[in-house]
Amino acid sequence: MSMKLDSKIPGGELEDKWSKYKFDMKLVNPANKRKHTVIVVGTGLAGASASATMAELGYKVKTFCIHESPRRAHSIAAQGGINAAKNYQNDGDSVYRLFYDTVKGGDFRAREANVYRLAEISPNIIDQCVAQGVPFAREYGGTLTNRSFGGAQVSRTFYARGQTGQQLLIGAYQSMMRQVELKQVELHTRREMVELVVIDGQARGIVVRNLVTGELESHAADAVILATGGYGNVFYFSTNAKLSNVTASWRAHKKGAAFGNPCFTQIHPTCIPYSGDHQSKLTLMSESLRNDGRCWVPKKKGDTRPPEQIPDAERDYYLERVYPSFGNLAPRDIASRQAKYRVDEGLGVGPSKVAVYLDFRDSIQRVGKKGIEEKYDNLFDMYAKITGEDPYKSPMRIYPAVHYTMGGLWVDYNLMSTIPGLHVLGEANFSDHGANRLGASALMQGLADGYFVIPYTIGNYIAGQKIPAIDANHDAFKAAKASAQERIDKLLKVKGSQTVDDFHRKLGNIMWEQVGMARNKPGLEGAIRDIGTLRDQFWNDVRVSGENNNLNPELEKAARVADFLELGELMARDALARDESCGGHFREEFQTADNEALRDDKNFCHVAAWEYTGEAAATGKKNWQRHTEALTFDRVQLATRSYK
Amino acid sequence: MGGTGTTTLNLKLKVWRQNNPQAEGHFEDYDVEGISTDASFLEMLDVVNNRLVKEGKDPIAFDHDCREGICGSCSMTINGNPHGPQRGTTTCQLHMRKFKTGDSITVEPFRAKAFPVIKDLAVNRSAFDKIIASGGYVSVNAGNAPDANARPVPKDVAANAFMAAACIGCGACVAACTNSSAMLFVGAKVSHLGLLPQGDPERERRVLNMMQTMEDAGFGNCSNTGACSLACPKEISFERIANLNSEFLRATVKNRNTSGSVG
Repeated sequence: MSMKLDSKIPGGELEDKWSKYKFDMKLVNPANKRKHTVIVVGTGLAGASASATMAELGYKVKTFCIHESPRRAHSIAAQGGINAAKNYQNDGDSVYRLFYDTVKGGDFRAREANVYRLAEISPNIIDQCVAQGVPFAREYGGTLTNRSFGGAQVSRTFYARGQTGQQLLIGAYQSMMRQVELKQVELHTRREMVELVVIDGQARGIVVRNLVTGELESHAADAVILATGGYGNVFYFSTNAKLSNVTASWRAHKKGAAFGNPCFTQIHPTCIPYSGDHQSKLTLMSESLRNDGRCWVPKKKGDTRPPEQIPDAERDYYLERVYPSFGNLAPRDIASRQAKYRVDEGLGVGPSKVAVYLDFRDSIQRVGKKGIEEKYDNLFDMYAKITGEDPYKSPMRIYPAVHYTMGGLWVDYNLMSTIPGLHVLGEANFSDHGANRLGASALMQGLADGYFVIPYTIGNYIAGQKIPAIDANHDAFKAAKASAQERIDKLLKVKGSQTVDDFHRKLGNIMWEQVGMARNKPGLEGAIRDIGTLRDQFWNDVRVSGENNNLNPELEKAARVADFLELGELMARDALARDESCGGHFREEFQTADNEALRDDKNFCHVAAWEYTGEAAATGKKNWQRHTEALTFDRVQLATRSYK
Repeated sequence: MGGTGTTTLNLKLKVWRQNNPQAEGHFEDYDVEGISTDASFLEMLDVVNNRLVKEGKDPIAFDHDCREGICGSCSMTINGNPHGPQRGTTTCQLHMRKFKTGDSITVEPFRAKAFPVIKDLAVNRSAFDKIIASGGYVSVNAGNAPDANARPVPKDVAANAFMAAACIGCGACVAACTNSSAMLFVGAKVSHLGLLPQGDPERERRVLNMMQTMEDAGFGNCSNTGACSLACPKEISFERIANLNSEFLRATVKNRNTSGSVG
């Protein structure tokens, strides 16, 4: 196998690469754009903004989502904010500083050129969103206000209370709906992509399942864009929405798209802890809360006093103690590990002892209850509804949970995967966050990709090669449909004894224990074995109720879990192959004396991109080949990350 | 680990079952035991569904996704109240500690002519998307925007616009209204964009087109009961409808005076 990973980073100085490249790219003239169809799968920030913008340019866009309305995509749930290098606060921010913070925050495992472009575009995103009517928080004088997020010492995060993702998504959704009305976007809801169609080496369309009728439908195009989000739900428990899944990406992976850094998972430090068997997911409490909340545990083991009765001298404000310069705003990977260390030391709090406190007492004293309400009102409400406790009176109990996946389909500078014509945006690509994403950077990346990158690079692709005319009656579509149908029939035919959720929970347990916050060689080897066994059991014993010809959420879940059962193995393989710790990837064998991640820049300063090479017919064993793309740092010096 | 102390409940459920849009629906009874008071309402339904699957029966279909009260997917009426008994709360954020053991709970889909049932508790709310498509936006292409601070917006105006923009498009307002009116939904969007200077150029056109689309989609007129606002999980104020009426009147008059050029 010889997969070639060409990142296609343009030449020239870092600061000039994107503007020079924009000039060098081929253009499609306005009259010709309407002759080209582009498929977009997913309607979160990346998918909705890409659909709207390409339609504005004149392309014919066909957009698909699994939800009953495109506005339900999971970007809607992002709480805290969006970063941009506006320097409105006059506190020393700049494009370069945002670039630097992001490269460092990602533990030097992202491409310099991509990250610089992201930082460069970031101010335009805020302009665009404000012009759409996104009601960001403002100062009395009418200008925009900011707050701080982890991993930064400037205030560059724009926000709309704790509902920033909602407001940005509604802006993008409305822009897209305007194009639906103008008939530039053809919208297909309740459709799930079940196959990617590749013809003569080019991505030329998709097969989707109509989730209401069960019918398989074929759609052809000149290029395909996936904006289908991350795969955190492989852990079963995560802060992702219940329908978030890897299926579209996985179908593309099995058709030849390399998967980049699958083991890079973000475990978010502040989530409402697990409370019992009934639970279906975990809920995030925004990182923005660490602007005003202080993390602590009792100094004494087995201290059962209510938190209010534990005096300051007997509390360990551990983030402030270990990281005096960043304090409670240490990056996510670091804050999560520190919480885990406290719990491992037996200092955890609450009934389960698997939690730490996030305390607002001092901030409420400083700015009053009203001041806190203004910033976080919906988050405090949500905490109260879920736990039945009042966080204005006693501290929140929080614990890390799976939140975001930095890994994803490998893309070049054009956001194109290893399959020509298949582009991947937002969380679905492996992109710009390296081994750890900084808070408020996901919204920035999703919108940068959709509003300001893909609208240029898609033209360069379309104008740059011959794309023969085909339609959805082509044999390749028939074959793709047949293979999708076969998989659906197979799932319904098993009629075993365990539910899809039973399997999903078991997979999640293996992933959390062995491929979660701390990983080691024997654990990962065990995980690979156990996932393989579980996958065999799934195909022999899963019970999928209902039929294929109407709305059947059990069948939808089954198909998604089948893909997670393969992805989980690849994540473990990637974690096992990366003999270093970096960002959210923490291998216990590789740590410093004070338990920080120990990188190995000599051997692992690269992106790992996995190529699926098929399955052994006799055993069903999956095979992959690991390729690497070297990362070179011309501007930022590789250094041990320090937030002390 | 609920702070109020975990106990379990036994409940009698009466759930609307309807196999497809054409089928006749009916209520079915389910006895449910041992539900944790820390579970959400949807997690309680998960328990029922898990049992149904194991018994080889078709589980109850319902729309859900974020389970954090923000995506707007849940669409069920619980004991006559869209999203159930707790004010300002979506079904997914309604927790079982709000119920008592032995309670009978009736669960049915949001009912409205414009929201046809797809299956069981899942309904088709694409009429809301149509309303937005007809004018619920600012026409600004990517790349057009001036600097974000070029037009100051007073803090209280931005906050007021935000309160309207907090609408999650769930449709509880429609389900709660005796006329199945979407005036609160439309009013929220007209307020959100109309309050901001960025939304001003299309102020008249927006309200006229959205009102027309609402009517065409089969939503009724405002019933003036305020039930919509009481059912709204984001507690969108009933005053948004008063504002909508005044915006509509203003736009209609202006349209007449300019021979229909704004519509």
